[in-house]
Amino acid sequence: MANLQVKLGNLTLKNPVLTASGTFGYGLEFADLVDLNSLGGFIVKGTTLQPRQGNDYPRMAETPMGMLNCVGLQNKGVDYFAQYIYPLLKDIDSHVIVNVSGSDPDNYAECAARIDRLDRIPAIELNISCPNVKDGGMAFGTSCAGAASVVKAVRKAYHKTLIVKLSPNVTDIASIARAVEDEGADAVSLINTLMGTSVDIERRCFNLSIGTGGLSGPCVKPVALRMVHQVAKAVKIPIIGLGGISNYKDALEFMMLGATAVQIGTANFVDPTVTTKVIAGMESWLNAHGVKDVNEIIGCIR
Amino acid sequence: MEKHLIDLLVEHVDFLRADYVLLSLTNPAGPMPACIPGQFVQLGVEGEPRVMLRRPISVNWCDVAANRLDLLIHIVGPGTAALSRLKEGDTLSTLLPLGNGFDVFSSGDILLVGGGVGTAPMLYYGHVLRQAGARPHFLLGGRSAKDLLQLERFEAIGPVHVTTEDGSLGERGYVTQHSVLRQQHFDAAAACGPKPMMRAVGLWARDAKVPCEVSLENMMACGLGACLCCVEKTVRGNVCVCTEGPVFPTTALTWF
Repeated sequence: MANLQVKLGNLTLKNPVLTASGTFGYGLEFADLVDLNSLGGFIVKGTTLQPRQGNDYPRMAETPMGMLNCVGLQNKGVDYFAQYIYPLLKDIDSHVIVNVSGSDPDNYAECAARIDRLDRIPAIELNISCPNVKDGGMAFGTSCAGAASVVKAVRKAYHKTLIVKLSPNVTDIASIARAVEDEGADAVSLINTLMGTSVDIERRCFNLSIGTGGLSGPCVKPVALRMVHQVAKAVKIPIIGLGGISNYKDALEFMMLGATAVQIGTANFVDPTVTTKVIAGMESWLNAHGVKDVNEIIGCIR
Repeated sequence: MEKHLIDLLVEHVDFLRADYVLLSLTNPAGPMPACIPGQFVQLGVEGEPRVMLRRPISVNWCDVAANRLDLLIHIVGPGTAALSRLKEGDTLSTLLPLGNGFDVFSSGDILLVGGGVGTAPMLYYGHVLRQAGARPHFLLGGRSAKDLLQLERFEAIGPVHVTTEDGSLGERGYVTQHSVLRQQHFDAAAACGPKPMMRAVGLWARDAKVPCEVSLENMMACGLGACLCCVEKTVRGNVCVCTEGPVFPTTALTWF
């Protein structure tokens, strides 16, 4: 049997398969359908210092092989998470990682500091790339100086594994990856959604309440693969690849281009059990190809 | 209620009209999971490149003992069109049961109002109410007689009142103009259909001091409360229609 264990900095995952923030709730929503203990980890919904109501409905529009969303970081805030949701998650035998969003370096850092106190949360994923709220961090994620300023502030306040999620809506994602690496990020995850829009021609209006949204699903996979490969050549820290993964073959593509782990997002909406299938498929593929350790294939395409 | 993802078998395909198909499904691998009236299922769509997401469809009939689930699908876009191309013997990936469902009363006269494909959940709701000991009354509306489907099945469960906009069946006008609303007392009401209709029923119910539930059909992706796409603005803020609904008491909504 092939070894599936991988490491993100100091964090050991039992397998490389995580779920993407905003697509798997707090995990509990899927507990009837997926053995949460079998996952490499799951990244829970974007959490902010203060509660947020998110954007108005409609927040979603289907597109060919994908979807647009403009949810806008609806969540009940970090204190609600710590008090009411964390106790439900702390006995799960998998890594629960919290996605953290903010509007300036200080409130990112304060939110991270409050999660730092939760023993059973071994890592956070810093969302400096939400395209759907004006103050949701994409302003930080689209410049090297902005990205560095948030990571620097959070790095001081947060002592466990720090993952930074990168926006694809930039000219040179590799330079942003280097900037966050220089400020002490332990890993980067990419890509967040691509900004897009769609139109209702009968009503002559946008389909989404705020006009634009983030595109996800299989249609973004080629872009995500290209960016993972670019970043893999630019940084030494581990990369978590995501963007349109819906089966184990997709996951292996990301890993061969340099991703140490992967996240599954939109595919959870289509098949809520997809994570289990990706883990099983990856293991069978490795066994069938005589690969004893999944780490052997990471970055095998240079 | 425990959620299941199962491949159901299409036993029967019945076009009630060119754009309405009734699918009868059975579970080949075990018992049919029980469903509360007003709950829905998420159907996987195959063979349609423009469609990726599942399609939410309300439960038209569920009989655990007979291992049967009926879904009435209005063909409105590429997803429902693909579902209408299913043939007997095909399998259909189904996530169920989802959502909260209507209140089931054990007594009283309960008015169930349906318009368009919104009549679909009312058939099963009426059946369950009757089994529980309440008296369901149906008030069904359409543009014309051809819009009223499954009438004989409604009539087998309780009194049926009909309105059509062109007067081709029942009373002419909208459901909220039907004389039964002035002539009879109801203990509770429920509505499913176009939003203006549900709003009108809700306003009538408020004036008549009758508790009223409505079933929403906001566009959704996951159906499990994870994506937060289908939210409705309520008196408690934005909540997911897929998990905290689709059925809401009108007092919880902001449009009454």
